[in-house]
Amino acid sequence: MKRYSFSSIFTEAFRDNLGWEKAWAKSLPKKEYDVIIVGGGGHGLATAYYLAKNFKVMDIAVIEKGWIGGGNTGRNTTIIRSNYLQESSIGIYEKSRFLYETLSQDLNYNIMFSPRGVLMLCQTEHELRAMKRTSHANRINGVDTKMVTPEEVKEIVPIINIDGPRFPILGALWQPRGGTARHDAVAWAYARKCSDYGIDIIEQCEVIGVKKKREKIVGVETTKGHIKAKKVCFVAAGHSSVLADLAGFRLPIESVALQALVSEPIKPIIDCVVMANTVHGYLSQSDKGELVIGGGADGYNNYSQRGSFLHIEETVRALVETFPVISRLRQLRQWGGIVDMTGDRSPIISKTPVDGLYINCGWGTGGFKAIPGSGWATAEMIYNEKPGKLASPFSIDRFLEGRLIDESAAAAVAH
Amino acid sequence: MLYIFCPTCQRDCDETELSCGGQAHLIRRDHASSDKDFYKYLYERKNDKGIIFERWRHVYGCGKWFHTARCTITNQVFGSYSAKEVQPPKSILATIRRYRVDFKGWGK
Repeated sequence: MKRYSFSSIFTEAFRDNLGWEKAWAKSLPKKEYDVIIVGGGGHGLATAYYLAKNFKVMDIAVIEKGWIGGGNTGRNTTIIRSNYLQESSIGIYEKSRFLYETLSQDLNYNIMFSPRGVLMLCQTEHELRAMKRTSHANRINGVDTKMVTPEEVKEIVPIINIDGPRFPILGALWQPRGGTARHDAVAWAYARKCSDYGIDIIEQCEVIGVKKKREKIVGVETTKGHIKAKKVCFVAAGHSSVLADLAGFRLPIESVALQALVSEPIKPIIDCVVMANTVHGYLSQSDKGELVIGGGADGYNNYSQRGSFLHIEETVRALVETFPVISRLRQLRQWGGIVDMTGDRSPIISKTPVDGLYINCGWGTGGFKAIPGSGWATAEMIYNEKPGKLASPFSIDRFLEGRLIDESAAAAVAH
Repeated sequence: MLYIFCPTCQRDCDETELSCGGQAHLIRRDHASSDKDFYKYLYERKNDKGIIFERWRHVYGCGKWFHTARCTITNQVFGSYSAKEVQPPKSILATIRRYRVDFKGWGK
């Protein structure tokens, strides 16, 4: 793999950019692999990458039904933060945020990580109290967040309306080290580095069956033929239940559509991420100038990848009240992704009832921020055949044991 | 926007008038059941990609619960039936079969 650097850009500029290689090689499946990762989104690719980098497991295939980064990795609102409430969540999300800081250098690919700060608004007394609790939990666990006053909020985001009338801003939780990154680039960067390690990235290849021998995994049946494997890991977000069905067990997960939209591009007006839980919307500005806006999830299970108009209206109505200046902007486009919701809104990184089959799912509405940490923890689990310190709180058993990691209040907006 | 028929009000309702209550025809468990059964009742819902049967409540209307058959890929609603039914009536199953040759039947 040719390194991306200043000198490579300089050289290419003088020869009509003809020397760039494909970022990753398109592969056809071999007969057998040590590990197969099902799902070529951020989490799957990161898992393959850290398996190779940290544990020197090189015989890996990443199988993707569509194209790399075409699922939720390319459909989210690119927000990175770690201001969670529970210790185990803080562990994995903070690890992730920390890895994001040097990910561009690590992968030799500019993922445009921009720690521009994340502001979570408090617009009711109850929310203010809950956020204060979160800020204390963050401080105890070494996450850099603090509460700010309405005046400070106005200073950080001059376009905000702090006086209401319905929901005046009473304060906010401020994580200056949170921010955004280019979501596609994260998937592409991992794919490029995986390909460099000799990991096969197989696109347009859907898993249609799971081969087991006495409750032990022996391979997967795909649209490109049968592939044998010693270990398999499902990292398929919204479609995890479909895969689990093929393997003969059920997951405590329900799939719903979550949608987002962007406005037409405008000059820079906001240089951080703002989340407004009470009015149900969040907003940041992309480098192209579009306002990236996210809202609530659909209230019923579906796999439609579309979303609905009423949620656009709901979200935009709320944000116009908080940011009156955006009221005359036009919407450029809208899209939906299928997210996998668990009962406690925390992920699942776990072994399964099938020996040699692992699963990473349940990230729900907040998976993008967790990509490096999740890959790190899942790779550790696959290599050691048991979850490590980061992953062990997130086993499937926690639902049976009542050991829930309740993060329903930590989502950007309640889902 | 989904339009779903409320069997009590006898009219189509907008999705915004309703609230979805998840998988229908669950076997209810109580405190006397085993941990495994209770876990299944609470969390292990069917999450099918295809035709599902679910509960809806007409929250901004009559307030009554009812059942609906819907496809989670196309969002087509096949019809509603009373919350008192313990399994989908034959008429609903016939409607689904008319539109969907891939439908294997209820509980499959």
